[in-house]
Amino acid sequence: MKKLSKLPLADLIFGIISFSAAFTILTLILSTIVVLYNESSLAIHRFGLLNFIFTVDWDPVREVFGAAASLYGTLITTILALMIAIPVSIGIAIFLTEISPHILRTPIGIAIEMLAAIPSIIYGMWGLFTLAPIMAEYVEPALQKMFGNIPVINKLFEGTPMGVDLLTASIILSIMITPFIASISRDAFNLTPDIVKESAYALGATKWEVIKDIVIPYSKLGVYGGIVLALGRALGETMAVAFVLGNKHQITPSLLDAAATITVTLANEFTEADSDIYLSSLFYLALILFLMSFTILAIAKFFLLKAEKHYRR
Amino acid sequence: MEEKVKIQVNNFSFYYAGADKPALKNINLPVYENRVTALIGPSGCGKTTLLRSFNRMHDLYHGNRYEGEILLDGQNILSDDIDLIDLRSRVGMVFQKPTPFPMSIFDNVAYGLRLRGIKDKSELEGRVEKALKQAALWDEVKDRLKDSASGLSGGQQQRLVIARALAVEPEVLLFDEPTSALDPISTSKIEELVVSLKDTVTIIIVTHNMQQAARVSDYTAFMYLGELIEFDKTDIIFTSPKKKLTEDYVSGRFG
Repeated sequence: MKKLSKLPLADLIFGIISFSAAFTILTLILSTIVVLYNESSLAIHRFGLLNFIFTVDWDPVREVFGAAASLYGTLITTILALMIAIPVSIGIAIFLTEISPHILRTPIGIAIEMLAAIPSIIYGMWGLFTLAPIMAEYVEPALQKMFGNIPVINKLFEGTPMGVDLLTASIILSIMITPFIASISRDAFNLTPDIVKESAYALGATKWEVIKDIVIPYSKLGVYGGIVLALGRALGETMAVAFVLGNKHQITPSLLDAAATITVTLANEFTEADSDIYLSSLFYLALILFLMSFTILAIAKFFLLKAEKHYRR
Repeated sequence: MEEKVKIQVNNFSFYYAGADKPALKNINLPVYENRVTALIGPSGCGKTTLLRSFNRMHDLYHGNRYEGEILLDGQNILSDDIDLIDLRSRVGMVFQKPTPFPMSIFDNVAYGLRLRGIKDKSELEGRVEKALKQAALWDEVKDRLKDSASGLSGGQQQRLVIARALAVEPEVLLFDEPTSALDPISTSKIEELVVSLKDTVTIIIVTHNMQQAARVSDYTAFMYLGELIEFDKTDIIFTSPKKKLTEDYVSGRFG
């Protein structure tokens, strides 16, 4: 009986320890928001929300700060990166699950996961020293030649090709997020029951028809979840983008111009912030990024949970 | 009564990829037109393997090998120049578990028709209705054809899958333990359906359940360890089998 009476105390201690571990997480998230809000309150009062978001100027000398240029850079690089990465990743996932011979599946799968393990600064160095010169010398002039005479589209490729611009940054980002979308899509595709695929084959479907009509619709939610996770990663990526984006606060239609993203601005300018309002505006940018990423991850979680429920049935 | 042979299996052996021993050894078996033929035997006897040979399902996985011949209306379906898509539209299949596709009830049944390039809306509607009626499901789903098929009960889903197979008007329908995931009421509905369908198609059914074989089939093939032990009219197999092994199995002494 003595032994038994000891157990509740052990349970209680263990309970308290694990509770406080879990509670720490909540505290961290909340205190991050509180700190970001406090530090940025000066800028919030000075510029307000909408005014801050829609002001392009970022002028430390006149002490006028607006998030528009950074937001624009963040959104354009993220959207372009997704536009490149989604088709490539889904192609990889289809190849790995449905087409590739069995001996190739594991090595290619591991190689893709290794891509995700490369530190982002290495992507940045590779981008600056390898990709940017290739872009400036071959790819961007070719794009200008191809689209130069087409109205509207030629606006996207105006200017001198320097290789350090929105397009190069988007390509680096797309390479970085491809492993996420590809491996999550592959796992989602693998959850399609063989028996359902066989049923479609038994009706006379071809491999392509089975992929298009059965595998992709069946795994849609899982793939969405992967895309949104990759979106979160692309929004928050700093180092790789900082190397190849040029850090210039401007909004131009051309993808061959330098730009800034929220993360790159933060990484570059904290050491230079010489006034309270400058520092506060940087915190304000950080708060906006935090809330954006937070919302996007919440949406991703929602999709993944829904997908899980769907497969369990 | 004179029976017409629909499928004739001659000296048929089957090897799974990487295996040096055959999973099916020298099978010889007739399948009669517009009759229900049951394949019975203990687990691992090869009955499902044999069933999946009739629509060459084994071709989906690399390295499987067939020997001998399976004649469908006199044509060897194991030969290399057979168009598998054409074969599978003549020989349909229903699986152990309901396999609705992630689309609406209507689109499920129309799937095979659309694969064959039928786009005309009224033709699709007519054939979907006909197939659902044949599968005794029409009255239950006619008001919600646009709803997702995953909302149907297990028994309804299995009848939906049968309707989907029937919509392309196959000559032969393969059933692989179609009721193993269903409750007794749904099971008896599927069994009635199987019996009623034999006027239009030739049916081969694999079942674990000997009472089911006795209830629905006209002919029964008893298999054991990859070999066909005995094939005869169902009532003969169950009442006066010629082989001792068959008698032991149908009387429940092993298996």
